[in-house]
Amino acid sequence: MAELRHRGLKDTDPTVQQQPSEDKGSDNELKAEKDGVSDSESKVDSGVPEVPVPADDTPEVLNKALSGLSSRWKNWWVRGILTLAMISFFFFIIYLGPMVLMMIVLCVQIKCFQEIITIGYSVYHSYDLPWFRTLSWYFLLCVNYFFYGETVTDYFFTLVQREEPLRILSKYHRFISFALYLTGFCMFVLSLVKKHYRLQFYMFGWTHVTLLIVVTQSHLIIHNLFEGMIWFIVPISCVICNDIMAYMFGFFFGRTPLIKLSPKKTWEGFIGGFFATIVFGIMLSYVMAGCRYFVCPVEFNNDSNSFQVDCEPSELFQLQDYALPSMLESVTGWTTVSLYPFQIHSIALSSFASIVGPFGGFFASGFKRAFKIKDFANTIPGHGGIMDRFDCQYLMATFVNVYIASFIRGPNPTKVIQQLLALRPDQQLYIFNSLKAHLTEKGLLPALEEAAAA
Amino acid sequence: MTELRKRGGGGADPDSADNISDKEADGDDRLGLAGDAEGECDGDSKADTPDYPLSTADTDNTPECLNKALEGLPPRWKNYWIRGVLSLAMISGFFLIIYMGPIALILVVMSVQIKCFQEIITIGYRVYHSYDLPWFRTLSWYFLICVNYFFYGETVADYFGALVQREEPLQFLARYHRFISFALYLAGFCMFVLSLVKKHYRLQFYMFAWTHVTLLIVVTQSHLVIQNLFEGMIWFIVPISIVICNDIMAYLFGFFFGRTPLIKLSPKKTWEGFIGGFFATVVFGFILAYLLSQFQYFVCPVGFNSESNSFTVECEPSDIFVMQEYTLPTVLQNTLRWKTVNLYPFAIHSIFLSSFGSLIGPFGGFFASGFKRAFKIKDFANTIPGHGGIMDRFDCQYLMATFTHVYIASFVRGPNPSKVLQQLLLLQPEQQLGIFHTLQSHLRDKGMLPPAAVQAE
Repeated sequence: MAELRHRGLKDTDPTVQQQPSEDKGSDNELKAEKDGVSDSESKVDSGVPEVPVPADDTPEVLNKALSGLSSRWKNWWVRGILTLAMISFFFFIIYLGPMVLMMIVLCVQIKCFQEIITIGYSVYHSYDLPWFRTLSWYFLLCVNYFFYGETVTDYFFTLVQREEPLRILSKYHRFISFALYLTGFCMFVLSLVKKHYRLQFYMFGWTHVTLLIVVTQSHLIIHNLFEGMIWFIVPISCVICNDIMAYMFGFFFGRTPLIKLSPKKTWEGFIGGFFATIVFGIMLSYVMAGCRYFVCPVEFNNDSNSFQVDCEPSELFQLQDYALPSMLESVTGWTTVSLYPFQIHSIALSSFASIVGPFGGFFASGFKRAFKIKDFANTIPGHGGIMDRFDCQYLMATFVNVYIASFIRGPNPTKVIQQLLALRPDQQLYIFNSLKAHLTEKGLLPALEEAAAA
Repeated sequence: MTELRKRGGGGADPDSADNISDKEADGDDRLGLAGDAEGECDGDSKADTPDYPLSTADTDNTPECLNKALEGLPPRWKNYWIRGVLSLAMISGFFLIIYMGPIALILVVMSVQIKCFQEIITIGYRVYHSYDLPWFRTLSWYFLICVNYFFYGETVADYFGALVQREEPLQFLARYHRFISFALYLAGFCMFVLSLVKKHYRLQFYMFAWTHVTLLIVVTQSHLVIQNLFEGMIWFIVPISIVICNDIMAYLFGFFFGRTPLIKLSPKKTWEGFIGGFFATVVFGFILAYLLSQFQYFVCPVGFNSESNSFTVECEPSDIFVMQEYTLPTVLQNTLRWKTVNLYPFAIHSIFLSSFGSLIGPFGGFFASGFKRAFKIKDFANTIPGHGGIMDRFDCQYLMATFTHVYIASFVRGPNPSKVLQQLLLLQPEQQLGIFHTLQSHLRDKGMLPPAAVQAE
């Protein structure tokens, strides 16, 4: 209780200082200026010295190169260089392949989790709670084990069936995961210490909400990745593009503020970013839909024990002719246009990234305002923490996954076979007969039956 | 911020007065009451301290008739009688709804879930003095509806496959179910973001998180309870009865023999109660399993009959509900002089369920105790006279439902055939053909299908 009271008292003073600085800065000099990349806006207010600047861990080399410029330009250069560095890194890992991508996603997830949990510790001054650090990481491990076990079993089915210990782990997977989670739960209950009940429950709740947000999203990203790398690359690129485009449009044309929560975002930036992202999405899909490397589902080849991306591209990735509506016909003089169906889908993805994606950013802004932090962490110079960069992505990954499940593909055939073979024989017979009736109705069977009989 | 400060300040002084549970827990209980009440899963603090004002029971909603009938007795006996009467009432209610069938059970589970959610959210409002936050009450209930819609849609689509295929709007809803649920959730999320008000950011985030953790706990458990129910009512009745029995038996054993305290968190629980309850529950579970396994009404998976538009519980009982002979190990053979014994395999499973209910189930109770200590409340609410809120009675159940579900999925049944068929029908035709041939050769190997020649006619 005492800690909470101290925290409350301490906060009233910086509150008085911080809020006017943000408001003043935003109202006066920056409204006409930047739209701001998703949530680092408060850092760029370099004209406000009262706010404690976090430890500057810009690499020395950059510092030297930019020593001549004024601090505002220096900030921009740092951010610009780091942005380019991150984008190049993104291309590089795409080149390295699915396995590396999965590892990167896992690392990003762990870093995001750590950033958010650290904020929780600093909010509640609960760094010294008994067991709590161990328990948080333990829960992270359990939930990851559960999710990765579910995915791995699906995609690496044959490999798993071959190795005996893996087979047992996969057969009783849910039970084992549940037992592990329960152990953590019981440890939590046993670790409750009299004076710290409330804090411990808060941290327990904080850990679970963080897990819910961070781990499920990263898991959905991996699912999308397995559908085909294009389902991983295009959504992430759309969000990045929207960030950058909205920033640019806001910088050049921005005038009307969008939302009180992020005062540097403007309607001009929002709408300009929307159109620019759609165009970008269409162009990117066109470029990528032509390569098998991006379009094929990632599969595990049992013989070579490696991932392969080789297949016959599905209909979605084959050029089709669309007749233009007469309005566009008269304007452009074309009667039909060749498009990949995937490009039409990319319009939906881009729209989501531009319209709803920013709400993830607003959520993170509100979170930072609520807990009076400038950035989630200091990992990336000029940009803040990993979480700062990934906050808009988080809704996007879920949307893509739901979109794929609803509009693109049905269930995974390997998984269905697996489930079929696990049923009892009489149930299998029942399903066999139903399937036979269904296929005969569709006209797919009789031809084959004759061929088989002959 | 000011609210938090005041709470902190307010919380420090009335600590001694409000924190009745802590005080009585440490001081008096150890001395005078250790041999006394082992206590049911968290109503313990109410039963035995007539001297201390019961903070949440300011409004005594014991019905008038009971009050009159028990006028003459001292307050402590009165409390025991009220608890006893209400316990019997709840158990009879349980039997009644079992008799009324699966639909009634589903509705009751849903009502209990809504009430538990409301109780926990109300505690959150009180803790944070956030009852007046803009939109928040609406948003919490909206999220509850969304998550319930998502879960029930997933279940209903599975079990009512034929019904859903028939009706056009239902078919549309089932096909795009995930998308619709996600869109609904997103609408709530965006409303939350738009409702953030400058002075109340932190409170709003706390309530958002509180709502989500509550949903995670309450809604997923109730949903698993319903899934267990569809496996067969016995998978619903036996686990719940085991937990209730463990409560009562541990209380009785503690009452008569209790001496060594079990855990600081619930000082009225004793090791004697814990161990005695364990053995008694295993025996009880065994007997109950034996009794219920004989009836198709309890044992058969709940199916929906599309023609009569009602639930049917009729089937050929599966292997685990068919009596089998087990040879006793020689040790028991010598003592009992029986070579074999006839048991239902389900009775063996019930031993595992009972063990879980007695050993790990109480941790759910300790968790709720800790929660109430942390937020300085005596009971979750005042719904049931003598017992507290609905959540007080159901806190031990919550781990049990998940365990039963995971147990069934891992050790008892395979996947659900209607669900597999559904997925099959959603595949591309070439994939369906591929699976058809694989299945055909598999069944032929097993001898369930006649060999290739005479198929087409």
